[in-house]
Amino acid sequence: MALSHAPALRRKHRRARLRTLGFLSPWLVGFSVFFAYPLIATGYFSFMHYNQIKEPTFVGLRNWTYVLTQMPLFGPALWNTLWLVVVMVALRVVFGLGIGLLVTKVKTGAGLFRTAFYVPYLAPPVAATVAFVFLLSPGSGPVNEILSAVGIDSPPTWFNDPAWAKPSLVMLSLWGIGDLMVIFMAALLDVPKEQYEAAELDGAGAWARFRYVTWPSITPIVMFAVVTGVVQTMQYYTQALVAGKLASGVSVGPGTVIQPGYPDHSTLTVPQLVYSLGFQNFNTGAACVLSLVLFAIAMAVTTLLMRKRTGLLSAED
Amino acid sequence: MITPSRAVRGTAAALALLLAAGCANPGTGSNRDDPTKPVTLKFWHGWSAPGEVKAIDESIRRFEELHPNIHVVATGNVSDETTNQALRAGGEGAPDVVSSFTTNNVGQYCDSGMWADLDPFMEKSGLDKHKVFPETLLEYSSYEGKQCALPLLADAYGMYYNKDAFAEAGISRPPRTMSELVRDAKKLTEKNGRGGLERVGFMPNFRMYQNSPDRLLAQWGPTYFDGEGNSRLAKEKTVPEFFRTTGELMKAQGGYAALEKFRTTFGDEMSSQNAFLTGKVAMHLDGEWRGLMLDEAKAEFRWGTAPLPVPDDRPETYGRGFLTGTVAGIAHSSRHQNAAWELVRFLTADTKQVVRFANAIHNVPSTKAALESPALDADRSFRTFLDIARHPYSTALPPSTNGGQYVVSLRDFAYKVEAGKVPDLHAGLRELDAQIDADTLQSRS
Repeated sequence: MALSHAPALRRKHRRARLRTLGFLSPWLVGFSVFFAYPLIATGYFSFMHYNQIKEPTFVGLRNWTYVLTQMPLFGPALWNTLWLVVVMVALRVVFGLGIGLLVTKVKTGAGLFRTAFYVPYLAPPVAATVAFVFLLSPGSGPVNEILSAVGIDSPPTWFNDPAWAKPSLVMLSLWGIGDLMVIFMAALLDVPKEQYEAAELDGAGAWARFRYVTWPSITPIVMFAVVTGVVQTMQYYTQALVAGKLASGVSVGPGTVIQPGYPDHSTLTVPQLVYSLGFQNFNTGAACVLSLVLFAIAMAVTTLLMRKRTGLLSAED
Repeated sequence: MITPSRAVRGTAAALALLLAAGCANPGTGSNRDDPTKPVTLKFWHGWSAPGEVKAIDESIRRFEELHPNIHVVATGNVSDETTNQALRAGGEGAPDVVSSFTTNNVGQYCDSGMWADLDPFMEKSGLDKHKVFPETLLEYSSYEGKQCALPLLADAYGMYYNKDAFAEAGISRPPRTMSELVRDAKKLTEKNGRGGLERVGFMPNFRMYQNSPDRLLAQWGPTYFDGEGNSRLAKEKTVPEFFRTTGELMKAQGGYAALEKFRTTFGDEMSSQNAFLTGKVAMHLDGEWRGLMLDEAKAEFRWGTAPLPVPDDRPETYGRGFLTGTVAGIAHSSRHQNAAWELVRFLTADTKQVVRFANAIHNVPSTKAALESPALDADRSFRTFLDIARHPYSTALPPSTNGGQYVVSLRDFAYKVEAGKVPDLHAGLRELDAQIDADTLQSRS
């Protein structure tokens, strides 16, 4: 009896598998074409000399040795990227959460405040950066004019000072905090009110309510913000490039090539270096090595954070 | 039955094929076309100012009159980066004739095969390049004997100075030596009531417009590479002299920080807010095109031109300057290379055309005949640059396999030196040499 059902069962399982594959196929195609193949190709080219005109030639570990031991910009680019990951992500989460908390508490004109904090996020990154470079221009910008007027003799030179260039980028990022504010606002509004009431009845103050009611409820959202923030910041490119180019004041014409990182490579990030190596110098092998290093770091950090998140969630559970 | 090892080998072979397909040469060019047959050529260039675009369009019109079968579609304001990407991507939209505003990348274009070798075309046409073009210009448009570009007008760098400011400061003529430059720059520098700068005599900071270190260093005539192609800046006695002079210039006018702060108040180089045009600098390193721009902008002061000063111990070299220029070539992927050559030959080697174009955009002509032509613009300020271009001590940058990478490295190093971040100059230069050599090795096949 069981034997006579076996072919039908196999057909059923095969159909189920095909159906599953059918549903998965768009993702599988996308994964293969836009992730797996580029990743394998990047690994392949990291061992090749390839200028994108002539056929590639195998050079062994030459590209790896060059990037890791001989390229002076690798260190600053990696340091800047990691600095931005740590400082910018941390401040964005703290600031986004703070603004989210404030706007959920505001009773009068809540819509106005929420709009005011969200609107900057809608500004295109290039336009926002241009505006910030103008505002913070050391010689003629209104910010330093105001600082001088209130008696600060030597205001920072912002994007023109290696010590201030990255903090200036962080300020620009905090100005456009609207995306995180909305996410945190949704999470905060989702915390059950009765938990706050119970905490209040137990005599919990504002900090205790945040520590024991709000924080455990929004931890997954905070982790989401941190993980996506880390991944995004690892790919930080546009604002740093535009700010450096504008602040340097170097004329850009058809014969010039923008060298990212002004001033003194303080705003040079790994993605900018990848672009510069791969598409300005056509040093494909070295660009691939750098991409793989960045990928490995991003994977390691993300894995670490995800494990931490699992630990946190299970601890709360 | 497929064994695991066969499966692995099969996958590896398929992968290799896939990767090889992905990196095949983007376009295969051809020089088998008949240049007398009707054809449309795509020409990408960098000129963008209305006067320049008009001049190049008129040049193309004259070419089309001579070659009715060749139609040229010109695209202006194209950067080297865009051209590089297009030539690597290939396809129907890629240009046939290309030009670049910098000679820095010629080594890369020749070595990578991105621009076609022009020697066979010159041989076919009976054009003797040594008779037509000055040797310095041939050097900067070739790499290791491969002439993949030809000069399409040259640029010479000299000094513009504000005659009114000179008169106010009691200076009778432009400086000829570096110590005179330092002395005059100090006299011409003015401070405002708040301790900031109102005007500087000569801004030496390397990020100021055309002040790339290689341009001012040309006044010392350095030798960048030895016979084996290795960087030798640490062995050059001229390099420490050069940095000492720029340091003295900065010190005489308020120091690096004050000058940098002042520089950030300058407007765009090519705009009406240019610092020389607005009177913020009294002496200015620039190319020959600036004269036409000052006339068009109706500068509110009297101005003059002169060669840049030279080191005190080499007065015989006065009159020299840095040379570079626009170059033109044929894309390796062009399928109409013989027709493309007709356009390149007309633009670069036809004396009448070169003179007319040079006069129209105030650039230095790039052929020997055009440089001697009586039809050349007789404007006195322009003549200064023609003399610099002809001067036997004037130099251009040597080409390199990785384009201008060594210039970028020198520039980065110079930024650190001017900011006082290189305590031991000689050790820094040795590191710079090692870096340039490592970059060169990395770029070689």
